[in-house]
Amino acid sequence: MSSDLTPDLETRQLLRRFGHFTAVDQIDLSIARGEFFSILGPSGCGKTTLLRMLAGFDQPDSGDILIRGESMLGVAPNKRPVNMVFQHLALFPMMNVADNIAYGLRRRGTDRHAIAAKVRTALESVDLPDAGDKRIDQLSGGQKQRVAIARALVLEPRLLLLDEPLGALDLKLREHMKVELKQLQQRIGTTFIYITHDQSEALVMSDRIAVMQRGRFEQTGSPTDLYYSPESAFVAGFVGDANRWRGTVTQVNGDTVQVSTGNGLQLLCSSKQTPQQGETVSVFVRPEAIGIGEAAGGADNRLEGRIANLLFNGANSSALLLCGPGEDEVRVALPQTGQYRHLKRGDVLSLYFSAAQASCFGGDAA
Amino acid sequence: MNHGDHQKLFFWLLLAPFALWLILLIFIPHLDMLSIALRERVAPREYAFSLANFQAFFTEPLYWRTFLRTALMSILATALTLLIAFPVAWYIAKILRGRSKSLLFLLCLIPFWVSELVRTYGWMILLRETGVVSRVLQWSGLVDGPVEMLYNDAAILLGLVYNALLFMVVPLVTALDSLSDELVEASYDLGGNSLSTLRFVVIPHAMPGIVSGCIIVFMLTLGNYLTPTLLGGKDSLWFTGQIYTQFITRFNWELGSAFGVLLLILSSVIVWLGLRLSGQTLSGTLAR
Repeated sequence: MSSDLTPDLETRQLLRRFGHFTAVDQIDLSIARGEFFSILGPSGCGKTTLLRMLAGFDQPDSGDILIRGESMLGVAPNKRPVNMVFQHLALFPMMNVADNIAYGLRRRGTDRHAIAAKVRTALESVDLPDAGDKRIDQLSGGQKQRVAIARALVLEPRLLLLDEPLGALDLKLREHMKVELKQLQQRIGTTFIYITHDQSEALVMSDRIAVMQRGRFEQTGSPTDLYYSPESAFVAGFVGDANRWRGTVTQVNGDTVQVSTGNGLQLLCSSKQTPQQGETVSVFVRPEAIGIGEAAGGADNRLEGRIANLLFNGANSSALLLCGPGEDEVRVALPQTGQYRHLKRGDVLSLYFSAAQASCFGGDAA
Repeated sequence: MNHGDHQKLFFWLLLAPFALWLILLIFIPHLDMLSIALRERVAPREYAFSLANFQAFFTEPLYWRTFLRTALMSILATALTLLIAFPVAWYIAKILRGRSKSLLFLLCLIPFWVSELVRTYGWMILLRETGVVSRVLQWSGLVDGPVEMLYNDAAILLGLVYNALLFMVVPLVTALDSLSDELVEASYDLGGNSLSTLRFVVIPHAMPGIVSGCIIVFMLTLGNYLTPTLLGGKDSLWFTGQIYTQFITRFNWELGSAFGVLLLILSSVIVWLGLRLSGQTLSGTLAR
């Protein structure tokens, strides 16, 4: 009954409460075969609870979980076609690397020769062909990571769940593992569900991302969708960096909205929600969407600002400027082409950005 | 005096109470016991070196049978204590949280606020012919006459296990406390069931705690005098009872000392065997 069109994972109105607290609030989710799907959200948003329900360590209060069309309600964790890479990896310290990887195969009763062959292939697939005899405490952080992934993948699960496994690594290794994990997933084609609070992990690796907040999905879409067209103030603020103003709508003209901020700035913004005149809104502008100097064909918004601080960080360098009568702090990305190398504190810059780059959202933004 | 000398002096002062205790109360008595065991009275107040005491042990079946019986019963009592203590320790370490955890831990400790003698008399009140259990059985009509439940091996084991339980629960709780829940979940996630998780993850992790608990309980049980004597009565045939008889009743200090030396050798050998079989080291288990 499971054709190629059946999603690998579907949840229907999934609900989980702890006392009065709703951790997972009626989530509908559908993940296609071979997708790298991330669930991105701040801590306490319910993403871990959701993942534990998928793995079978927690039971939903209502709703259903289907893996390739089969309901997983009442199916124990050891009977689900799902494996998990734990936050702290949970490698068994009492076994060596090969025994760790063979553990699941042995529980299935796979025959000995087949186990040895599979363990070898698994170790090769994560570039650790000679690590089989090593003890777990002899491995580096990145190697442990790869063993944990190999241990789960050797069972050929339909879904691989990953619970922020890169969190414990140092920055350099984390950047490296991000790329490695994405390449591994593309090579083997297993569906990955990855939960994280780190937007850069989610943006780099995922085919699709669900941004989760207070037990609900705020928005689901490709990394580019979330970045360029956030649908809520929370997504705009959480995915990528953004400058933010609060203001009142003074004029609505189709998709274009004029907003007057409390500090006396007039901004032309775009909005999909068509707010009412007089409504309080939040305006988000990404630092990298702001141009420096004069726009060639004129721009919707212009600002002048004095540099309060230069934040040099290689390719991610930026400047903090105080703009407008209210001296609002605005962060502007500085492309490191050498052009802005001689900027210093106190310099005055002209800034511009289009209305399309300034998204505005009504309601109370988180 | 320079700084180094000060430090040395300080070190020896700190070590002194322990060293005194070790030398005065452990080494000297044992060496003396060994020398008494290795002599024979040839005439009043005249002694000669001899192995006759050890020979007596091996030629008199009562002695070495009691010796073997004590060893086997102690091993059995240790195994039973482990079986009973493990689920209790698991419950305290892994299932309970916060207040109820410390409360249950304390409850395990409470019986040890009274002496072993009182606790053992407590069991006698329950188990004797006119005791509580016997009365309840008669009252409920399950038996016709009074039942004597004391003075058999089961009663001895019951008392030994009861007295040893805490010394098994404490190291087990410590060992299981340090087992990450993630490891248990990982085992299930990879297809393991309760049995394989216990066998391949929980027990290997808890092994140092299991071994140190077993060593303590085994030594306490093997060297116990009170419980086997009170609950087992005259037929308890516990080796410590034999030692008592030789020293106190028979005034045969030579044979009594030989028995003492043999008991020490026995417990050392069994502990060593246990460590070898479980692949643990003494420092690895007791230093935790």
